Amino acid sequence: MTTLDIKADATPSVRRPTPVVALLRHTRYVLAGNLVTAVAFGLFAIIVLLAIIGPWIAPYNPTATNTTIALQAPSAAHWFGTDNLGRDVLSRVLVATRLDFIIAISSVALVFALGGIAGIAAGYFGGWTDRIISRLSDTIMAFPIFVLAMGIVAALGNSVTNIVIATAIVNFPLYARIARGEANVRRNAGFVQAAKLSGNSTPRILFGQILPNIMPIMMVQMSLTMGYAILNAAGLSFVGLGVRPPTPEWGIMVAEGASYIITGEWWMALFPGAALMIAVFTFNLLGDGLRDIVDPQRRT
Amino acid sequence: MRSLGKRLITIVPTLIGVVIVTFLLTRVLPGDTAAYFAGPMASQESIEEIRVSLGLDRPLYEQFVHYIGDLAQGDLGQSLSTGQPVLTEILTRLPASAELTLLGLLFAMVVAIPLGILAAVRQGSIVDHLCRVLTTAGVSLPVFFTGLLFVYLFYYVLNWAPAPFGRIDIFATPPQHITGFYLIDSLITGNFEAFRASFAQIWLPAVTLGIFALAPIARMTRASMIAALSSEFVRTARAGGLSPRKTIITYAFRNAMLPVVTTLGMVFSFLLGANVLVEKVFAWPGIGSFAVEALLVSDFAPVQGFVLTMAILYVVLNLLIDLLYGVIDPRVRIEA
Repeated sequence: MTTLDIKADATPSVRRPTPVVALLRHTRYVLAGNLVTAVAFGLFAIIVLLAIIGPWIAPYNPTATNTTIALQAPSAAHWFGTDNLGRDVLSRVLVATRLDFIIAISSVALVFALGGIAGIAAGYFGGWTDRIISRLSDTIMAFPIFVLAMGIVAALGNSVTNIVIATAIVNFPLYARIARGEANVRRNAGFVQAAKLSGNSTPRILFGQILPNIMPIMMVQMSLTMGYAILNAAGLSFVGLGVRPPTPEWGIMVAEGASYIITGEWWMALFPGAALMIAVFTFNLLGDGLRDIVDPQRRT
Repeated sequence: MRSLGKRLITIVPTLIGVVIVTFLLTRVLPGDTAAYFAGPMASQESIEEIRVSLGLDRPLYEQFVHYIGDLAQGDLGQSLSTGQPVLTEILTRLPASAELTLLGLLFAMVVAIPLGILAAVRQGSIVDHLCRVLTTAGVSLPVFFTGLLFVYLFYYVLNWAPAPFGRIDIFATPPQHITGFYLIDSLITGNFEAFRASFAQIWLPAVTLGIFALAPIARMTRASMIAALSSEFVRTARAGGLSPRKTIITYAFRNAMLPVVTTLGMVFSFLLGANVLVEKVFAWPGIGSFAVEALLVSDFAPVQGFVLTMAILYVVLNLLIDLLYGVIDPRVRIEA
C-alpha cells in the first residue's frame, strides 16, 4: 500500500515545466482572462502604497484642529472637506489607511498561525486533540461573529490590540476547519509516510511536509477573510471600541460623521466610509481571484 | 418526532459551551472587576470588601456554580446604568430587535431569491450581471455606512423617511402591547395611524439590514439553481413538455432550496451582528443599542446578558433551520 501511494504521488517532472513557472503562467492566464481580478491586484497595490507613504503625502496634519474652518464642504484647499474640529478629512483618510491595514493584516496573520497550527494538529493526530479543537471551534461558531467580538473586546479591555485578538478569535473556526480537513486528507499520503520512514520527527513532518502542501488553500482563505477582518474592526470602532479619538481610523471617522449626516454634512462620513468600502471590495475581489488561480474548481 | 428529540439533544453541548464562554469572558480575563465596581478612588480595603460581596474571592468553579444557579433563575444581574435587572431590559427590548431583523430578512429573501433564480435561468443576461454586482457590493458595504448613506439620501435629500430616531414618531402613540411587534400590534388593534408611523420608521433600517443579508442568499440561489437546472430530472421535465414556469419553480427550485436554507445559518450570524450597528445608526431601542450603551460605560452585566441572549437565539435559529431541512427534503428526515 505504501509503495503504491508513493508511486501515485510522484510527479512526472521530466516534461512538465517547474511548478513555479507553471503557477506564474497560470496566474498570467487568469489575470489576462479576468479583468476584474487584474483591477483588484492594482487596487491592492495602491492600498499597500498608501499604507506605507500615507503620512508623507497627507497635505495637512491629521490631528491639528482649527475650529475657524470647521465643517467646510469639499473645496480646492480641502478636497474632502473638514470635520467638526476643522481637521482635514483627506489627510485623516490617508493616514488611517496604515492603521486599518495593520489591524487587518495582523489579525489575519494571528488567526492564520493559531487556526493553522490547531487545525493541522487536529487533522494529523486525530483522537482527543481533534475532539478538543473541534469542540472549541463549534463553541466559537455558536456565537454570531460580531457579537462575540464585541464581548471579547469588552472583557479584554478597550484597545487596538484587543480588537486584533477578538477578530482573530472569531475567525478561528474558519481556518482551523480548513487546515484540519486538508491535513486529515494528507496524513497518510505517500510523501508523509516516506518522511516518517526516513526518520523525520513529528514537528518536522507537520511543518516541513504538511504545512507547505496546505498553504495555497490557506492563503485563499486568508484573502477571503481579510475583507471581513477590516469590516469587523471598523464595526467595533464604529460602536466606540478599540481605536480612540483623535486617532484617525475609518470606522471611528464614520462614527464621528454620523451625527452630522442628518444636518447634511455628508463629507465627514462619506469619504472614510468609501475608503473602507473600497478596501473591503478589493480584498473580496482579490480573494475570488486568488481562489481562481489556486483552486479553480471552487469557482462559483 | 424521535429525530426532533435527537436533534434537540445535540444542542445541549453547544449551549454548555456558550454558557462557559460567556462566564469566562468576564471572570478570568484581565481587569479587576472588584476594583472597577469600587471606583477609581476606592481604598484597598473597600476593594477587598466588594470582592468578597461579589463572590470574586472564591475559586473559579464555585463562581461558575453560582453563575449557573443565577442563570437557572433567569437572573442575569443588574444593569449599573439603568438600575434595572438585565433580563427585564432585554425582554422589553427584544421585540424591537426581532421585528427589525425579521423584516430585514424578509426583504432580503423577497429580493434575493427571485434575483438568483432569474440570474440562473438567464445566465449572462443583464439580470445576471446585476446579481453579480449586487452580491459583491453587498458583502463589501459596511452596514453602518450604508445606513448613514440612506439616512442622508432618504431623510435629508429626498425627505421620504422620518428622522432616524427610534421605532415610532415621538408624537404618535405606540400601539397596545400584544406581541411587541409594532407593525403586527397596530394591525391587530386596527390602529392604522400607528401602523403608518411605525412603518415609516422601520423601512429604512430594515432595507439597510436586508441589503447586507441579500448577497449570500442571492449568490447561493444562483449557484444551486444552475446546478439544479442542468440536472437530468429537469431535462426530463422539459422533454415531457412541462411549462418552463412549472419546470423552474416546482422541479428545479424545490431542489435548489436546500443549499439556500443552509446559507441562512450564516446569514443569521451576519444579521444578528449587523443588527447592533444598524440599531446604533437609527437609534433603534433594541438589545443591540442597549449593549452598546452599556459597553461604553463598562457596564458588564448587560453586555454578558446580551452576548448570551444572542448566542442562544442563534443556536435556536440554527436548530429551526435544521428542522426546515426535513420539511423541504424528506430524505434528510429518513437519514436522521
